[in-house]
Amino acid sequence: MLKTFKKGGVHPHENKLSADKQVQMLPPPLKVYIPLGQSLGAPARPLVDKGAEVKTGQLIAKGESFISANVHSSVSGKVVKIDDITDTSGYRRKAVFIETAGDDWIDTIDRSQTIVRECKLSQQEIIRKINEMGIVGLGGATFPSHVKLSVPEGKKAQTLIINGVECEPYLTADHRLMLERGEEILVGITILMKALGVNKAVIGIENNKPDAIAHMQKLAADFKGIDIVALKVKYPQGAEKQLIKAVTGREVPSQKLPIEVGCVVNNVGTAFAVYEAVQKNKPLFERVVTVTGKNVASPSNFLVRIGTPVADLIEKAGGVPENTGKIISGGPMMGKALNSTEIPVVKGTSGILLFPESDSKRVKVQPCIRCAKCVSACPMGLEPYLLEREVNAALWDEAETDRVMDCMECGSCQFTCPSGRPLLDYLRLGKNKVGQIIRSRTK
Amino acid sequence: MQLLTISGSPHVHGDQSVKKIMWGVVVALIPAMLVSFWYFGLGALLSICVAVATCITVEYLVAKFILKQEPSISDGSAIITGILLAFNVPSNLPWWELVIGSVFAIAVVKMSFGGLGKNPFNPALAGRVFMLISFPVDMTSWPLPVQNRMVIVDALTGPTALGTLSEGIKNGETVSQLASKLPDYTHLMMGNIGGSLGEVSAIALLIGGIYMIWRKIISWHIPVSYLLTVFLFTGLLWLINPERYIDPVFHLLAGGLILGAVFMATDMVTSPMTTKGMLIFGLGCGLLTVLIRVWGSYPEGVSFAILIMNAVTPLLNKYIKPVRFGEKVKA
Ligand code: SF4
Ligand code: SF4
Repeated sequence: MLKTFKKGGVHPHENKLSADKQVQMLPPPLKVYIPLGQSLGAPARPLVDKGAEVKTGQLIAKGESFISANVHSSVSGKVVKIDDITDTSGYRRKAVFIETAGDDWIDTIDRSQTIVRECKLSQQEIIRKINEMGIVGLGGATFPSHVKLSVPEGKKAQTLIINGVECEPYLTADHRLMLERGEEILVGITILMKALGVNKAVIGIENNKPDAIAHMQKLAADFKGIDIVALKVKYPQGAEKQLIKAVTGREVPSQKLPIEVGCVVNNVGTAFAVYEAVQKNKPLFERVVTVTGKNVASPSNFLVRIGTPVADLIEKAGGVPENTGKIISGGPMMGKALNSTEIPVVKGTSGILLFPESDSKRVKVQPCIRCAKCVSACPMGLEPYLLEREVNAALWDEAETDRVMDCMECGSCQFTCPSGRPLLDYLRLGKNKVGQIIRSRTK
Repeated sequence: MQLLTISGSPHVHGDQSVKKIMWGVVVALIPAMLVSFWYFGLGALLSICVAVATCITVEYLVAKFILKQEPSISDGSAIITGILLAFNVPSNLPWWELVIGSVFAIAVVKMSFGGLGKNPFNPALAGRVFMLISFPVDMTSWPLPVQNRMVIVDALTGPTALGTLSEGIKNGETVSQLASKLPDYTHLMMGNIGGSLGEVSAIALLIGGIYMIWRKIISWHIPVSYLLTVFLFTGLLWLINPERYIDPVFHLLAGGLILGAVFMATDMVTSPMTTKGMLIFGLGCGLLTVLIRVWGSYPEGVSFAILIMNAVTPLLNKYIKPVRFGEKVKA
């Protein structure tokens, strides 16, 4: 029997249209908009001014608080301005606008293709390097990696879990990366293991990627302490707590971090970025992005410079199909709908989805028929139907007792609701309000 | 480029809808409908049509003119109520009594609470009990399976198996003395017995139940815990005194138990939301059913048992919570 997490979960259609498409390297775009805040935490402080000449890989903004990440230029050229831009979240945020000229990399980066396996750096040096190179979690949450690797006092990491699940439908960036850069990922994992002081790592991969499982298994035979675990396909297995449960059988307690059960989770893309940062001195300024959709002419996986406008990627995949009604950054379950294609790719952009008009609208909302499907679908063991009512009636205390804050916004409940109720809209509102109340209490 | 839709995640929806669920239930009821036609002839067909037509009409009128909602007949829930109501009455019941029962079920039990999803009690069951109280004689004279199914008969009537049993026990007869008057298991399985028109064939009902579980319309928890409780409880009584208490298989197959456990107790609107709650709900239904059947004044207790548990459901929802993720932490 394949492993998986026990409680809840759903099975959306996979639609991995671009699974066989090799990652294509895109040339630097004509212009980039590089947001200063691309990770969880505080935005970085810009180090360049209007008119400055920058090189590819040059540090252009410094993350100054603990939870914050450095930002590097992804092209060489001239800074046009530093101004607000609407990012994926829909908010206006500060970004560095650069006009590209050539592609002149800073010379500390090792651009050769040879794979460097050995890492002589110490634990502290690795973490410092990862911080320096602006590495964040590439699975979507964009948590700065150096923070994740700094195990808090009194806690001990035992197992490093690598997320190769890619449970969101459509997305194939991690899948391709495992097939094409498997060895680099494994070296990245050994570096992460060293940084954490653990001698065991497990890569969880869902069973719909048998080629990736076989490939990684073959390669991992060469590395000590790295296991591959094939997992049964179930959404949201890529969520940290669900992945830990699936792989180790342990449950992270409510409102606690994975380290509580001795685990640290990183995504395969992050492991690759760590490899490049530590072994090749390469800051995080490009990533693999899947561009796909049922009517997209050629669904593709691209290696893209951070800051590239989404429109450029869509153009490369054959342009916006005629009847497109929705463009999503990320996967269809947790991604964000975009209101324009002038939005830049950021470190957390895993995919761009183009939905035809017919798939863009929600289904008709009907009264709740108390079918309990949302309850059995919720991987956190919540009662979404009840939380909807409590939020609707502004019963914030009840919502808190019923653990609205445990909701990870995976969308399984709303996906499964036969009445098409917008459960997650209510849950987000509830989390927002209850979160405010909790914060005001501790003040 | 045209305007882009902006909405929160998730951007995809599963393939379930209220319509699919309700029509799935209707499909699951087809085997039992065919059996009822086979044994009770046109009378059965007519009753089903009358009840369904009344339910749909009343729901439409109330929604449109009283609640001023958009009527949602196409969701199929009124049709289910109609079929189930007809299933719970004798096939020769005067049609106007069935109309009154249907009006009560939809207008009072369902729509007065606000319509689909808001009623605390199962409309078909409440309708049946209302009719039982209003027309006690007609509701308890059961036609026997007919020979010529193309005529509407009200000729031969007889008691149900449970009626015979409870009458006999009250008169001091023992189970073995009664045995010759009771139908055997094959008849109980197939439905060749007197009774409400949809309850007679255990097999047809179970086929419907398995279909619903397979289509994920219902979960197994309520029917299994309900039937198991009845089986164990009556089995215990039977072990204690087989002359006073009949065997558990008879209890499972006779009367409206399987109809109730598969189609009535599982009504999603009026049953609990968590699996633990469902198991308790089934247990409660089972205990009450046996208590009423064995010691109550009615020979059959399924309707009352389920209605009582419907009333307990809000409590179960309030106190029986799902196991939260991370609640029972294994070190
Ligand atoms: S979105 Fe929240 S409530 Fe809904 S299934 Fe996911 S965790 Fe549960
Ligand atoms: S899935 Fe939808 S209809 Fe069913 S109980 Fe939850 S909110 Fe109600």
